[in-house]
Amino acid sequence: MAEAILELKELSTHFFTDSGEIPAVDQVSFTVHKGEVVGVVGESGSGKSVTSLSILQLIPKPPGKIVNGSIFYKDENLAKASEKRMKKIRGNEISMIFQEPMTSLNPVFTIGNQMREAIRIHQKVSKQTATEKAIHMLKVVGIPRAEDIVNEYPHQLSGGMRQRVMIAMAMSSEPSLLIADEPTTALDVTIQAQILDLMKKINKEEQTSILLITHDLGVVADICDRVVVMYSGQVVEQGTTREILKDPKHPYTQGLIRSLPKLHGKEKKLYSIPGTVARPRKDHIGCRFAPRCEFAFERCFKENPQIYNLGEGRESRCFLHSKQEGERLKDVTTNT
Amino acid sequence: MVTYILRRLLMLIPVLIGMTLITFSIVHLIPGNPAQVILGETATADAIANLEKTMGLNEPYFVQYWNYILDILQGDLGTSLRSKAEISSEILPYIAATFELTLFAMIFAIVVGVNAGIISAWKQNSWFDLAAMLIALIGVSMPVFWLALMEQWIFAQELGWLPAYGRQDSKDPIAAITHLYVLDSLIHLDFARAGTILKHLILPSIALGTIPMAIIARMTRSSMLEVMKSDYIRTVRAKGSGQFLVIYKHALKNAMIPVITVIGLQTGVLLGGAILTETIFSWPGVGRYVYEAINYRDYPVIQSGILVIAFIFVMINLVVDILYKKLDPRIKY
Ligand SMILES: Nc1ncnc2c1ncn2[C@@H]1O[C@H](COP(=O)(O)OP(=O)(O)OP(=O)(O)O)[C@@H](O)[C@H]1O
Ligand SMILES: [Mg+2]
Repeated sequence: MAEAILELKELSTHFFTDSGEIPAVDQVSFTVHKGEVVGVVGESGSGKSVTSLSILQLIPKPPGKIVNGSIFYKDENLAKASEKRMKKIRGNEISMIFQEPMTSLNPVFTIGNQMREAIRIHQKVSKQTATEKAIHMLKVVGIPRAEDIVNEYPHQLSGGMRQRVMIAMAMSSEPSLLIADEPTTALDVTIQAQILDLMKKINKEEQTSILLITHDLGVVADICDRVVVMYSGQVVEQGTTREILKDPKHPYTQGLIRSLPKLHGKEKKLYSIPGTVARPRKDHIGCRFAPRCEFAFERCFKENPQIYNLGEGRESRCFLHSKQEGERLKDVTTNT
Repeated sequence: MVTYILRRLLMLIPVLIGMTLITFSIVHLIPGNPAQVILGETATADAIANLEKTMGLNEPYFVQYWNYILDILQGDLGTSLRSKAEISSEILPYIAATFELTLFAMIFAIVVGVNAGIISAWKQNSWFDLAAMLIALIGVSMPVFWLALMEQWIFAQELGWLPAYGRQDSKDPIAAITHLYVLDSLIHLDFARAGTILKHLILPSIALGTIPMAIIARMTRSSMLEVMKSDYIRTVRAKGSGQFLVIYKHALKNAMIPVITVIGLQTGVLLGGAILTETIFSWPGVGRYVYEAINYRDYPVIQSGILVIAFIFVMINLVVDILYKKLDPRIKY
């Protein structure tokens, strides 16, 4: 496997609010290798955005704080990096695009102005050169009339176009890693597919590693090499996309896969995991998924399960993997 | 932009008609016969009838109104009863005096208010923020006349640093051109005089500017705090830009959109002439001009003074609308 470009080790980001300490990200570990596309999936509120914002130290603080763990980017621990150093990393080494294309661009400045700025923060080039580069980048991401678009304001563009602008802006300094936080959630299906194709192209042609946050397993299947499944602030399972989709080990992952609509399936009703994501709490005892898990047994409510290493980079956080429950797990996986 | 301004100007027409209707009816709302009121109780019936005829008071109302509008359009604001002078030329120096004072008061209010608001939002809950917001709270609730008297007592009387009254040194009056004395002294290339005139402006500007300054500071702070939470600010930070660019470029331009309204409103209030402050500082502004006219029952002056003040208000609004459009490209009409 290629060298690691980003390595999270037991990262914990907590929010200190009036209603108590929220462990929004709890002991999260995973790795992104050079040229790889890694997906982070999980329902709303599972801590995907907080994880990705933590990497660039963009969590609002207060109330947020990285309380534990490390974030290695090419042998440098970003969790300990100074703000001055982070400014050099952001938008240059690691770029980020967001869930909300409609509001992620400043409404009162032109596209050209905002793109030039992104370029000139990290590259010492003239305004003229920056404009040319901006137009070039807009063309790369497939924006028609790029020469005109640079003089237009965000409200004059559609959501899909704005997300393309965000990608063009993020790619303008040729970052090694692109973090995309649900880049297609707010877009309709055809535009979604176009944006994903664009990201695939960037990954292939520029060798940019991508950390793709999504709650859509369909997106994962389409583009990711590996998947990290998060639930209530914790990683519950990770492995290669193929393995996970074919043979999910954690009951939560199984539930997520069962709830995917199947085009040729005979099922009449769409499955959904009963209940909702529990808000992470500091004083939680037991497995966080247990209240919604159909296989939960006594132990699940008393202890927090550790991560079981299942070999070949596969991990799962579930007591079903402990030896005495091994048989039961087999039943579960063959039934689905 | 040009069509936008033209459209805004067209929209002003009904406003201006409404304004003139109100000022027109002032004369007719005075109890009793206007000619009688003007001439006083001892006037003979003949004299009253004569005046009614010259004033056109025996014509139907719409004819009178029509004549009134025609006069205004020709720049004729009538004649003062007291001084027998043309109001349109008599009022100019007063407007200039108020304009100059307002300009300096608002410069003070905007420069101090906006910056205090920005720093307060940037360093939220710091000692600066707490101190600035306390001062702002005191600023909005303090009576202006009290502040004015305190200023005069401390800086003019006790310390003797600044003049307490008037627009200039009364022993050596300026040869006015525009009646904006700072500008006039610069035209004369008389910089020493410009200095004295600026000194005269300091105390009244601070007295008048304090309330707008406090309001602007509070508005800027809350608006900045709101904007700093937005997604596009997160984007700017994710680009790797420094705090200065985030605040003074991206956040400020958005945050100023609501603040501009407040600035416009406050400018309008000051331009209307602050009678109390103008009286305390012996400032010959429109407020005092109209106030004195009221004392003398100089109806044409009251009528035209109010019309001019209202007109200035409307113009300020127009400027605010244009600034809006400049700040926010999303605005369409
Ligand atoms: N500013 C904040 N203050 C307090 N708690 C927060 C804050 N931001 C996030 N959280 C908490 O962190 C948890 C995880 O939120 P996060 O935004 O990472 O979820 P997500 O997985 O990205 O969900 P979605 O799919 O809706 O984007 C939530 O439970 C939320 O309550
Ligand atoms: Mg999110």
